[in-house]
Amino acid sequence: MTIREKQDEIIADFALFDDWMEKYEFIIQLGKDLPVIADQYKTDDNLIKGCQSRVWLHADYTNGILTFTADSDALITKGLVSMVVQVLSGHTPLEIADATIYFVEAIGLSSHLSPTRSNGLLSMLKQMKMYAVAYLSKTLQ
Amino acid sequence: MLHDSNTLAPELKKFDIDAVRSLFPILQTKVYGKPLIYLDNAATTQKPLAVMQSINDYYAGYNSNVHRGVHHLSQVATDAFEETRRKVQAYINAAHDYEVIFTKGTTESINLVASSFGKRFIKPGDSVIISAMEHHSNIIPWQLMCEDRGAELKVIPIDENGELLMDAFEAMLDDTVKLVSVTFVSNTLGTVNPIKNIIDLAHSKNIPVMVDAAQAIQHIGIDVQYLDADFLAFSSHKMFGPTGMGILYGKEKWLNEMPPYQGGGEMIKTVSFKKSTYNVLPFKFEAGTPNIADVVGLGAAIDFINEIGLENIREREQELIQYAMDQLSAISELRFIGQAKERAASISFLVGKTHPFDVGELLDKQGIAVRTGHHCTEPLMDFFGIPGTVRASFAFYNTFQEIDQLVAGVKKAAMLLG
Repeated sequence: MTIREKQDEIIADFALFDDWMEKYEFIIQLGKDLPVIADQYKTDDNLIKGCQSRVWLHADYTNGILTFTADSDALITKGLVSMVVQVLSGHTPLEIADATIYFVEAIGLSSHLSPTRSNGLLSMLKQMKMYAVAYLSKTLQ
Repeated sequence: MLHDSNTLAPELKKFDIDAVRSLFPILQTKVYGKPLIYLDNAATTQKPLAVMQSINDYYAGYNSNVHRGVHHLSQVATDAFEETRRKVQAYINAAHDYEVIFTKGTTESINLVASSFGKRFIKPGDSVIISAMEHHSNIIPWQLMCEDRGAELKVIPIDENGELLMDAFEAMLDDTVKLVSVTFVSNTLGTVNPIKNIIDLAHSKNIPVMVDAAQAIQHIGIDVQYLDADFLAFSSHKMFGPTGMGILYGKEKWLNEMPPYQGGGEMIKTVSFKKSTYNVLPFKFEAGTPNIADVVGLGAAIDFINEIGLENIREREQELIQYAMDQLSAISELRFIGQAKERAASISFLVGKTHPFDVGELLDKQGIAVRTGHHCTEPLMDFFGIPGTVRASFAFYNTFQEIDQLVAGVKKAAMLLG
């Protein structure tokens, strides 16, 4: 599936929910199910510090494909992190660098991408893009 | 409109809560289709119609620059502007109206003292005392000044209940200490500090005291002459007045000794390129065109508080807070951060292992506005070893029914996150 297709699938999933409570139950469950980052990667180097909640992000680059694992100390953030990880993992640096993440806004959680909220999700997305750009420039060399 | 129908809740008979709430248009707002429950009053209070009306009247009727004009409107504006100064003087019982300086908020008031008092009185090797529960705005200005002056910043420790260790404070008062600056009420814990005792102890060593009254001014009657405070800072927006407006009270003897904070119009007596001389108090510390409209608005806010009666406000809020503490403590795994014997208007808590940010977001979706995070008191969060808290903070216009809904909301959030 392309990054776009994965996002459209999430948006379609969320369209089934009638109210915010069901939506949050689902996000929180995703957070609980997220395969947590291996302990050796849950380091200060991999910590993306937001004002409210913290996110750890690890990137693995194998055979031209980037895979992310991540964790957060807040469950709702973790649920969103899980979706972003799922959307962007398993793609090439070029695909990730070119991708636009639109699903967060489409499912009504755009407040998580507000820079003033600074809860880690936005910083994590930026960090993922930076990994992609870094590996992209490596492959071009 | 909300009614206090809960029979378990104590209700103040003299308080017509519906009538009070109808004076605050924003309290009729709905968020996510639910009636707004506003429990973030420590961040800012809502504004009554009278305050909005006074600002409108100013712009519609007598907008003009103050003090300088010879014309009629300028005189009307100046009268209203200076009338607020006298209202503030009366509200805190200052000895003189010129001891009341208009600033843009508590933060600027503290920065003014840190800068001007520092330049005049702080030398290398001196020290300044603050407490472990200060808001960043009563930490950073002193840090900056101490770095600049080669002085040391010392911190009064607290215990697990969130109360100051007064013995430790007393022991800290040595010859190097040139100023003590402490908060009257903690914005995070709600602790009411024994401010009179603090001032008396410091004064016994001839050390002046600055009081950060940002979280006290709207809850507790303050008499600067009784307290014998040397400086006192607060913000208009936390006492039902407009934002961008604050007060610095300072004793005449200090303010006269201190150099100006900012230069510009209004604060001068004579100007030449060689040497300028400065205006008398309070104008020496009010450079440039002031925030006239919001000064007028603050005047209306003080009238409003006086009409309701600060004693009535305090009594009602104490009942609300006691009720909230009782109801919240029935939630399993809920723990209060800060358990001071004397408390005003704010309650901080955590539920089990849940992150405060998650709880805050789930409360928001139920129409309940609380604050989450470190509340600009990071060192305090480090002391308790937590990332932040959920803080519910009350004003007299809150209802017992809203507290019931807060409790239900917290339970719902805990269930979802559990």
